[in-house]
Amino acid sequence: MLGWELPPYNSGGLGVACYHMSKALAVQGATIDFVLPYKASHADIDFMTIHGASSLPPESKVHLGSYDSEYVTELDLDNVDAGSLNTMRAVQKHYIKFVEKLVKKVQPDVIHAHDWLTMEAGVRAKALTGAPLVVHVHATEFDRSGERYGNPIVHEIEQQALLMADRIIAVSNITKAIIVKEYGIPEQNVEVVHNALDVDSFAPYTYDTRNYEYFEALKREGYLVVALITRFTVQKGLTHFVRAAAKACEKYDKFVFILAGDGEQRDELISLAASLGIADKVYFTGFVRGKQWRDVYTIADVFVMSSVSEPFGLTALEAAHHNSALIISKQSGVGEVLNNILRYDYWDTDRLADQLAAIALSPSLATMLKQGVHDEYANLSWKDVAQKCISLYSRVHEGIAA
Amino acid sequence: MTKGIALYLHVHQPYRVRPYSVFDIGNTHDYFGVKDDSKLNNEKMFYKVAEKSYWPMVSLLQSLLERNPGFKLSLSISGDFIDQAEEWASDLLEAFKRLVATGRVEIVGETYYHSLAFFYNRQEFEAQVALHRKRIQEVFDYTPTAFRNTELAYNDDLAKWADHTGYHAVLAEGWDKVLDWRSPNYVYKPTGTENIKLLTKNYKLSDDIAFRFSDQAWNEWPLSTGKYVDWLESADGQLVNLFMDFETFGEHQWAETGIFSFIENLVDTWSNRENHVFYTVTGAAAELEASGELSMPDTVTWADSERDLSAWNGNAMQKEALKYLYDLQNDVLRSFDDDLIRDWRLLQSSDHFYYMATKWLRDGDVHTYFSPYDSPYDSFISYMNAIRDVRLRVMAHNKGLLSTQNHSEAE
Repeated sequence: MLGWELPPYNSGGLGVACYHMSKALAVQGATIDFVLPYKASHADIDFMTIHGASSLPPESKVHLGSYDSEYVTELDLDNVDAGSLNTMRAVQKHYIKFVEKLVKKVQPDVIHAHDWLTMEAGVRAKALTGAPLVVHVHATEFDRSGERYGNPIVHEIEQQALLMADRIIAVSNITKAIIVKEYGIPEQNVEVVHNALDVDSFAPYTYDTRNYEYFEALKREGYLVVALITRFTVQKGLTHFVRAAAKACEKYDKFVFILAGDGEQRDELISLAASLGIADKVYFTGFVRGKQWRDVYTIADVFVMSSVSEPFGLTALEAAHHNSALIISKQSGVGEVLNNILRYDYWDTDRLADQLAAIALSPSLATMLKQGVHDEYANLSWKDVAQKCISLYSRVHEGIAA
Repeated sequence: MTKGIALYLHVHQPYRVRPYSVFDIGNTHDYFGVKDDSKLNNEKMFYKVAEKSYWPMVSLLQSLLERNPGFKLSLSISGDFIDQAEEWASDLLEAFKRLVATGRVEIVGETYYHSLAFFYNRQEFEAQVALHRKRIQEVFDYTPTAFRNTELAYNDDLAKWADHTGYHAVLAEGWDKVLDWRSPNYVYKPTGTENIKLLTKNYKLSDDIAFRFSDQAWNEWPLSTGKYVDWLESADGQLVNLFMDFETFGEHQWAETGIFSFIENLVDTWSNRENHVFYTVTGAAAELEASGELSMPDTVTWADSERDLSAWNGNAMQKEALKYLYDLQNDVLRSFDDDLIRDWRLLQSSDHFYYMATKWLRDGDVHTYFSPYDSPYDSFISYMNAIRDVRLRVMAHNKGLLSTQNHSEAE
């Protein structure tokens, strides 16, 4: 299993998904060698063997920038100096060399590579061992770049690995469609396996009202709290969201919008909210972790996922777990596995404003959305994900053998 | 012994609420007119169903009536349908009139707006029944003598009302839990009534046609006329009540399934057998003796496995919508604004509430719930915004009323 991060050293959903999937696979009887680009103990993980490909500390800037594909400037790794470990490409080169050595010692039955970060290593391991390669796509370069085109070098890396893969797993139909359309991969090579949510990972937890006392007070005054927890990048469609928020305020004046997270667009969003006259209703919490992060979910009446392109969107399931009503852009994969949600096109600010106002004006709508999605999200289990993966492994294995 | 069939078909098209947003409130009172390719375009939907179902079925019924002098049937035609047909397909309405002109097609009374007003406001219910009666008289020169409530929603109170109003027959679902050991194939006297008779739907034999006909997973598929007639022959009792949507023919069951030739063969076969008859529902009530008394204190409908009203008022959104809708009654009627009253009544159609049902989200049983909306939540949002606009119009009238009063007081 070729990954790039695991909790707690993760900067996003990739690490969370890899962790739970591997754990569920181990329960199903799989023996996993999991390769990370950095060195960390991960003492809590006893269900698989973890290999650190470099001596980088887990907090390394390069590693935490794992979503910053835009800074990659070199396709040919022969031109990259692997010694310095101060660029993404250098770390990747180092990672590949480590994998080459590893597969000489441990012959894999299947190579499972996650996203562009590890795809080249996967292709290399396949070439050396003849083992089938499964490429698992959590996000493509198209998703990461929002409404822009993205980095052509990263496209190239993805394209080559997708062509070499024996089987491709996409985390949603949306992602599958991108793989087929943008990368020209035949539809039958791509299987959709939606992510899940591990409910047990949330317990035990008690909501601490002190964290957001001010919002609690507003709620008692009849305010509706709308929250987003996300990175502030173009992929997340936040400028559209802020415009919709301003429109919704024309119809209902007791809204509070919490934007939890951080990113390059923060200043732009702050000034946009001000220019639209809703600066006093939009709250920027900065990056939140742990209890504060959970408490945002708990305080939220409504959770919005406004992404321009979201392969899955695990945070929506976390919000469902914490009893929020969900409004999810039609461009977010998680919407494919939920019925009790409101959907809109990420650019359709009128529609989002209408939905926000509707929830504010109808107590029954808010209640039913919360209850409905809370009843259904728990049906999604990592066990199912693992079973689908294992069935896929055995099929590619037979395919190769024959 | 005589074998009888009472075939009753329900004809209805709702005015679906268009995507009506919070920003439309106060700006436009057009809740029903959308001109796109969606399933919410009422005009397009009407043409589609007319082509697939109404036209071929009306033509077939006309020729069956012409060649089989003993063939009779009953129809209920909602006011919403008549209004749509008049606007978009007046020749189709003429074709329905020709059916009725044969004298062997009964029209059953109901509420004009396909509403559940009986359970929310008796006065409004009676007003809608009267409106429907008047419309049927104008269009078809016919006065209904039998009654069916929307969604076949029935209880003892409805029977008493219909009896008191002078109807000869009333229709209900023949639900096992209510019938107990009894058969739906007999005519009954509803508890607490004097003259009226109750006909109960044989849902097994009706649903074999309406729901299961094209179901390839059904162990009786494909259903031949011969097999079905055998089932009818072996049924006990005085008659078999086959009650279903008119749109079963061509819309719910497409022409390709063979549904039209099935019903054609069925009518021809039955007509040619000795001592085999067709009844209209009033005809059955007149010719057949009540075999006993039947009581349904709790409301029974023809929907879902529950056969109650929960498909329309079971969840919190439906309850909220219904409450706001009927709370407006006095103000709306007092406005004497015909457009406002009509819009409010169009918003009473049971279809709106059915689209808000969330039961299937749990069951995953999407196929039993026809909805033109992406989700029940979407239908609720548009509906509630329309209700808010109605409320705004009511407020405008109230203010107007207030200022005239003040004015006259000043004088």
